[in-house]
Amino acid sequence: MTALTLSHVYKSFGKVEVLKDISLDVDVGEFVVFVGPSGCGKSTLLRVIAGLEDATSGEIRIAGDVVNRTPPAKRGIAMVFQSYALYPHLTVRDNMALALKQERQPKDVIADRVAEAARMLNLGDYLDRRPAELSGGQRQRVAIGRAIVRQPKLFLFDEPLSNLDAALRMNTRIEIANLHKTLGATMIYVTHDQTEAMTLADKIVVLRDGRIEQVGSPMDLYNNPANQFVAGFLGAPSMNFLPADRVGRDGGRTFGIRPEHLTIDPAGPLSGEVTHVEKLGGDTNAIVDLGGGEAVTLRLFGQHPIRANERVTLGFDPDRAYFFEPDGSRSRAA
Amino acid sequence: MNQARRNPLNMAAMHGALILYTVIALFPVFVILINSLKTRKGIFREPLSLPDAETFSMIGYQTVLRQGDFFLYIQNSLIVTVVSLFLILLFGAMAAFALSEYRFRGNTVMGLYLALGIMIPIRIGTVAILEMMVQAGLVNTLWSLILVYTAQGLPLAVFILSEFMRQVSDDLKNAGRIDGLSEYTIFFRLVLPLVRPAMATVAVFNMIPIWNDLWFPLILAPAEETKTLTLGSQVFIGQFVTDWNAVLSALSMAILPVLILYVIFSRQLIRGITSGAVK
Repeated sequence: MTALTLSHVYKSFGKVEVLKDISLDVDVGEFVVFVGPSGCGKSTLLRVIAGLEDATSGEIRIAGDVVNRTPPAKRGIAMVFQSYALYPHLTVRDNMALALKQERQPKDVIADRVAEAARMLNLGDYLDRRPAELSGGQRQRVAIGRAIVRQPKLFLFDEPLSNLDAALRMNTRIEIANLHKTLGATMIYVTHDQTEAMTLADKIVVLRDGRIEQVGSPMDLYNNPANQFVAGFLGAPSMNFLPADRVGRDGGRTFGIRPEHLTIDPAGPLSGEVTHVEKLGGDTNAIVDLGGGEAVTLRLFGQHPIRANERVTLGFDPDRAYFFEPDGSRSRAA
Repeated sequence: MNQARRNPLNMAAMHGALILYTVIALFPVFVILINSLKTRKGIFREPLSLPDAETFSMIGYQTVLRQGDFFLYIQNSLIVTVVSLFLILLFGAMAAFALSEYRFRGNTVMGLYLALGIMIPIRIGTVAILEMMVQAGLVNTLWSLILVYTAQGLPLAVFILSEFMRQVSDDLKNAGRIDGLSEYTIFFRLVLPLVRPAMATVAVFNMIPIWNDLWFPLILAPAEETKTLTLGSQVFIGQFVTDWNAVLSALSMAILPVLILYVIFSRQLIRGITSGAVK
């Protein structure tokens, strides 16, 4: 069963087209992540789904019903915002209860659902505090709690972790993943952080300039990118791109290899000088200047005695190499 | 301020400047107050001395309270000021919300049009306003003053408030929409409390000129039962003889209500400024 269907959705602000021909199916229980660089339209798409923006054309169905003309509150969705957007004058309890009160749910139902959400998110001790008295992580949990109590058909997350510090971000990420498992709810999550996308998603939707570039599972996208943009966008450090003639293939095309698939190999086709080394403990990253304005990033697992200004020769596994046509599309021929 | 940054010389200079300013600002008020408690001779002989046993007299206050209906004047002034402020804040905030929140054709033009009034002194239109009030049968009513003051205050209110409303988080308003709040609830319950400092600023800016205005009460509502305090006090200022005792007493009494209003609004102002920062 599909939880959300978008067909040929367009959105423009004046003359600027922000979303172009977006079509997408989301199954019930799926965790879908929209990812893309800033300004690619991912947040706008989420707001169109939420009903905070109208689609210029195209159809939006939530659980089978066309909702183009349905106000946000009646779409059966709940949204978690980047800035938490808690009501400053209400306590945590009232923040979570407000939507249910608006729906005129009976008092005991409201109390039960709030208690349940507070239990899941460990907010029990804070129910009578106001948002100003909470830390960033707690506020984000309240915002998530506010979404949970509504028992929506669709959860929408708009970059919920980008205001948190790194350690908290990881904890909250795991919490969201667990929440998805526990609730079995359909979730749509917008982020520009590819770690979040890779770790949380059942399905990643890569957007660029208002278009969908590729849809697929995280590993699918990582191993089998449809074009140079997707290949370069997913993976950190990002994929190296070189003119194909540097590795002895026919010119015009672009050769791509991930940093972890380059090896130090005295018989390899690439050689250059190490300009910078980052030792992370678990990994060692090195930037190698190949001359002619080309440089590649090399990722070695574990700790390596590699040093700057050293000359190295690099090889790669041809099965892990990618080739792209001049227009950026993937070229299947080796 | 922390110990390391505290320099006795700087502190003294800072306090000295503030005290000097306070003295300068309060001096006229002080002179009015002390002279309102003196006899006519006392006022003219030594205007700056405090009332003593010889010069002390409540004659001014007695005159004011006996002649004319002073409390009615205060009541009229209060009604006009408070109702005008309420209407300015209500309509100003609503217009500002619409201008800052909704995208519609002509939004910018509408904003400019509403702000245009800041540049045009309303008194230029006095004759037309008077004719209009006569036609509408509103002459010698408090409504004529309230309408004029509301019109006079709206442009600046819209201008200031729309700037502040733009700063209210979009996410917050959208969260309200998703939770099923109506646009009115979002406006009154979410947005207004967050722009309260700006509302207080607008209120204070508008209050003083309305309270002190002599022009429109004199032209639009000079009847005995609609006189405002400022207009009422004018009876003691004659072309040839001025009853200074009465004038000074009336002025002293006129300061009080406006002072109370100011304290109310300025407390809002301070609370709004510090609410987010301190917690």
